[in-house]
Formats: sequence, structure tokens, C-alpha cells
Amino acid sequence: MFESKSGIFFIAGIGFFLLAFLGNGVVPMLMYKDRPEKTVEEVVNKRLLSQFTDLAERYPEPFKAAFGEASPEKCAEALRLGRQIYVGEGCWHCHSQFVRPVSNESRRYGPVAKSEEYDNELQRPVLFGTRRVGPDLSREGGRHGNDWHAVHFFKPTTVSNNSPMPEYPWFFDGAPDRPNRRGLALITYVQWLGSWLDEYPYYEELVEVKGD
Amino acid sequence: MTSGSQATPAATVPDHPAHEDLVDEKIILCYYVAALTFLTVSMLAGLLVALQLVHWNVLRGIELLSPGRWRMIHTNAIAYGFLANAFLGTLHWVVPRLTFHKVLSKPLSWFIFVTWQVIVGLTALGIILGPTFQDQPWLLELAKQWRLPMNLGAQGLEWGETPFWIDPVALLGLLLVAVNFMVPIGKSKGPMYVTLWYFMAAFVWTFLTYAMGNLLPEYVVAGTSAGAIGGLFIHDLVGLFVTPLGWGLMYYFVPILLKRPIWSHGLSLVGFWGLAFFYPLQGIHHFLYTPIPMFLQYGAVISTIAVELVVATVVINFFGTLGKKGSEFFTNLPIRYFYTGMVFYFITCFQCALQVTLTFQKLIHFTDWVVGHAHLVMFGVFSLWLFGIMTYLFPRLLGRPWYSRTLCEYHYWLSSVSLFVMFLDLTLAGVFQGWYWASLQPWDASTDGSQPFWITRVFAGLGMFAGLLCFLANLWMTWRGAEAAERSSGRVAAATA
Repeated sequence: MFESKSGIFFIAGIGFFLLAFLGNGVVPMLMYKDRPEKTVEEVVNKRLLSQFTDLAERYPEPFKAAFGEASPEKCAEALRLGRQIYVGEGCWHCHSQFVRPVSNESRRYGPVAKSEEYDNELQRPVLFGTRRVGPDLSREGGRHGNDWHAVHFFKPTTVSNNSPMPEYPWFFDGAPDRPNRRGLALITYVQWLGSWLDEYPYYEELVEVKGD
Repeated sequence: MTSGSQATPAATVPDHPAHEDLVDEKIILCYYVAALTFLTVSMLAGLLVALQLVHWNVLRGIELLSPGRWRMIHTNAIAYGFLANAFLGTLHWVVPRLTFHKVLSKPLSWFIFVTWQVIVGLTALGIILGPTFQDQPWLLELAKQWRLPMNLGAQGLEWGETPFWIDPVALLGLLLVAVNFMVPIGKSKGPMYVTLWYFMAAFVWTFLTYAMGNLLPEYVVAGTSAGAIGGLFIHDLVGLFVTPLGWGLMYYFVPILLKRPIWSHGLSLVGFWGLAFFYPLQGIHHFLYTPIPMFLQYGAVISTIAVELVVATVVINFFGTLGKKGSEFFTNLPIRYFYTGMVFYFITCFQCALQVTLTFQKLIHFTDWVVGHAHLVMFGVFSLWLFGIMTYLFPRLLGRPWYSRTLCEYHYWLSSVSLFVMFLDLTLAGVFQGWYWASLQPWDASTDGSQPFWITRVFAGLGMFAGLLCFLANLWMTWRGAEAAERSSGRVAAATA
């Protein structure tokens, strides 16, 4: 058995693989199977919409060209595109999206990550991440204004001294105050991260926006 | 590089087909050229990212040279471009010679070769161009309709970045690879040699792993469950694709080069079955302290520590095989590559048993420690082994000795020493970064404090690249048939085996 073709093919090759898959993969699937996966439309919330509206007011012409009017539907579209850009540009290789219960992380970032925060379409595959060259982003929404993000994506060192983050001028039509569709979408995505929490900070307006 | 030519098993047994009838040497050369091409691309990509981190990237702000995209080229070109191609080429040498049967079909082999290069090339193209052309109304419509990511470029899983429109082709390719090599293994009579255990299992595992990682977290599950699958995928790709093929090759080449059998058959059995059982159970250790259920995290930690004990037996077995022939380490270059890789493998596994504990994870998770570990495994172990195999096989495939033994030595020393410097440097950087973060200093403290380490890393990487250039130059001269610049009795490599 230990040196035969069938033993190696069926026990080691298929058997042990399936055993591990059942134990490590299927168990969490079964544990969480009753929790509905939210769609992008369902995760658009009032806090995010206020940021999206702010983008429309701050960059009226680029915003009109990219998304027209600021509506929940357009916000969902921006969120979807923003996530695609976030993944395609490899942002997740340098920024994680979960706060650990150790190493003072809840002091730096905010509440420790909970499983239900990840039950949505935008976590296919989940963007936990494995490396932090830059900080965790799962609580990033609202910490900086939209203008900060625009300038930061255009040339990070302008607002963050000595930042090793690459520049992304292709999210703009030549200047940081003219973000294009991809730029606006990515800013929307980053402002969404953590917007489901009551602790969502309000960088500019200190008026409380009730969550949904 | 072995001193003197030795008879090969295939040639000494009269009843069995000759080497020329079994092995298609041309396809091996083609695979090796492809492998070395992608290795060069990967190293240049790594260099670009390293320069970005130390603010020396003069190509910044160019969309198609974005370090974020080229970071993914770096890792994918190593896994699918270099390692996969080099393994496939070597399998075309090893499998027919071990089984005394040709691979299933020569046209199929060439079809696989071409397909695989197309897969790797399109993956690179997708990663580079995908985000540029992502914003298409029909794509967003599809994404909305099917509730799927629909990334034209990379997908959001490490080593699973392969764009979704390539995944089916890659799966088909892996299936054909398995069939092409399983048929000769199936036809072979008598007890199977250790190498073939590893290969057989690897063909099954690689296909299953690739299917699991590239289909489930994208199409079936989201969130935490996708994280558990993702952990399994990135772990199994190392443990069930690269590792068994690598060890299988060591079980083949080391006894041939040392001209003595493996020290202990019992330990070979322990090593194989231990790896097969424990290795797949550990995926979640990549995501400790995430919202994945804690009891699963504990299970992954325990089985990781278990597998480190198992691999220790494999390393012991190989040092037992070396036995009193220790001097071969100094004189026989392929053997030196193999055993250097094994020492690095032992360090990797020892390190792994420590870093997988929750205590270490608090400090070193997310830091450059992990990056150092990854380089030690992928370059320090498997790339060095493949360099050793190439150093052994190229003279046999080309029918002439290496142009320069000195350049071979430079390749070895530059690769192994620079890699070790990079490993130590990044490991130390990881400890610093962990403390910077835990002490709640502003984020800049960690990136500014990393600069000395990152600068060292640039030069270590340049050293590794210089080693590769020595190898490529040597290969170029050997291929052209240039007369060996230096010859002495001990340095003449064997003619074609």
C-alpha cells in the first residue's frame, strides 16, 4: 500500500488532499453557510454616500463626466469598479484588510476584525492580505478626506513624507484635482472600507451621519 | 560536472530501450530556455519593486511599469514561468529514464510546451494590461449580473492572480501534463522508486490545488471561508506542487551523482507519507489571528510543527546518503547546489516551526520576515536545486563541457551567498518592523527604519542577478560551441550520458 501506485494515487494524492480540504475548507464553509452574502448594492450605506456626494461636489466636472449624478446606483458602480482597480493594481500586496487582536492593532486601527464584516461580494476572494508595507486599510474610510486621497494617489510624498508608495498619475487627467473614472472609483472604494462600523470617523464634517 | 563519465541505468541494462529512444532532449532544452527567460524577467521585476521601496525607481509614474503590477509578475513568473518550466523540462529527462517508457506522446509534449508558454505569457500580459482596460461597461454589467469580481487582470489571491479567462486553459494544461507523465509511470513494472511516489502525488495535487484556489474563492464562497481556501491554496502550491517535485528530483539525482543508494528506505517512506498527510493540513497558518475560527488556526499550527519533524527525517536521510563522501560537496558542483539547498531547506523548516506559533506571529506577521522566508524557500532551496540540475544536464544535452567552470562557480557563490544575505537582512527587517508597529509609532517610523534593510536587499538582489548573468553568459558560450577557456583533467565534464 505504501509503495504501490494505487496507494499513492488514491490515499496520498486524492485522499489526504480531500481530508485536508474537508477539515480546513469545508468546515468554515458549513459554519458560515447560513449567513447571507451581501451584494454591492446592499453594502452601499449613508456614510459612503456622503463621501460619494462629496466627490461630486468637490470635482464637479470630472465627476459628471465619469458618473453623472451621485446616486446609490452610481455609488455601487463606483464601488465595484474601485474594487477591481484595487485588486488589479496590486494594492492588496502592500495593504492588509484585517485588524488583529494583538500587537496593539486595535489601538492603531480600530475594532478587531469580525467574520461578518467579510460576508459580501467585494470579498471574492477575501482581501485579508499577507504583507503591510503600508498600513492596514480595513478601517481607512473617513480617516482622510477625498482631497487627501486624490493628492496621495497622484504623488504620495506630497502628503506623506518619505512614503515608498508608487505614484498613480494614470488615475487623473494631468492634475490631482482632475481624477478620472478609475481614480474616483478607487477613492470611493477606500472610503467604503470600515464604513459599516459605527466608529466610522468623519474627517471633514463633524456632523454625525446616521448609519443604516 | 561529475568527474568522469558514468554509465547510466538505462544504458547498462541490455533489455531496456536506449536513452536516445526514451528521452526527447530537444524539449528539455526548450523548457530550460523558457525557464531561464522567465527567471530573468522575474528578477528584473523584483529589482523594480526593490528600487521603488528605497525611492530609487527612476521609472515611476509609468502606468505599464507600475511596481504594484510588476510585483505580481515577479511572483508569478517564478512559480509558473521558472519553476514550472524547469520542472517540466527535467521531468522529460527523469520520468522516461526511471520507468523505461517514453512519455505518452511526443506531439502532446510539444503541445503542452507551447500551451504552457502561452499561459504564462498571457498571465503576464493580463496582469500588466488588465487594470488599464478594466473599465468597460460590459464587464461591469457582467460583474453586476453574476456578482463576481470579473477582473480582466489579476485576481485577488496570491499566486492565483492568473486572470480568470486563463484559468480553464491552465487547468487543461495541468491535466495533460499529469496524463502525459502518468502513462509511463503506470506502464512501469516492479516496485516504484521514491522519486515516482513524489511525482505521482504531485501530478494529482497540483491539478487539485490549482482548481481549488482558482475556482472556489472567486466563484463559490466569499469572505472568511474564501480566506481559509486561499490559505490552503498558497500553502499547497508550495507544499504539494513545488516541494514534492523538488524532493522527487533530489531522490533521483543525488544517488546517481554520488553513485550510492539512498541511506534509509524507511526514512524515505516516513518522509513521503508524513509530507503527504501533514502538509495539506496547514493552509490556515497563513491567516492566523484572522476571523477564521480559532480551533482551525490551532490545528494548522500543530500540523505545521508536525511536518517540520517529518522533513527533518528527509534531510537526515540525505546527509546519511552523503555519508563519507562529504568531499563531493566541495568538488562536485551539482552536489554542492543540492546540499546547500538542503541546508537552506532545514533552516526554512526550523524557522517555520517557530514562526508559525502565535507568539511569533504577533510580532512578525505582515513584515519582511515573511518575505525573507519566501525567498529562502523559492530561491534558496528550489531554484538552487534546479540550478544544480541544469549545471549537470546542460553539458549532456549540448554534448560538450561547460565553457567555463569558473563562471559556474561564480553562479553558485553569487546565488547562494546573496540569497543568504537577503534572507538574514529581511528577517531582521521583519523584527524591526514588528516592533515599530507594536510600539504605536507613526507609520513612517517603520518605512523609514526599513531603509537600511531595503537598501541591503537591493544589493543582495543584484548579486543574485549577477549570478544569473554569469550562468547565462556561460550557457551562451557553451551553446555556441566555444572552446572551453580552461581545461584540466578534473574539470572536464562528462559527455552526453
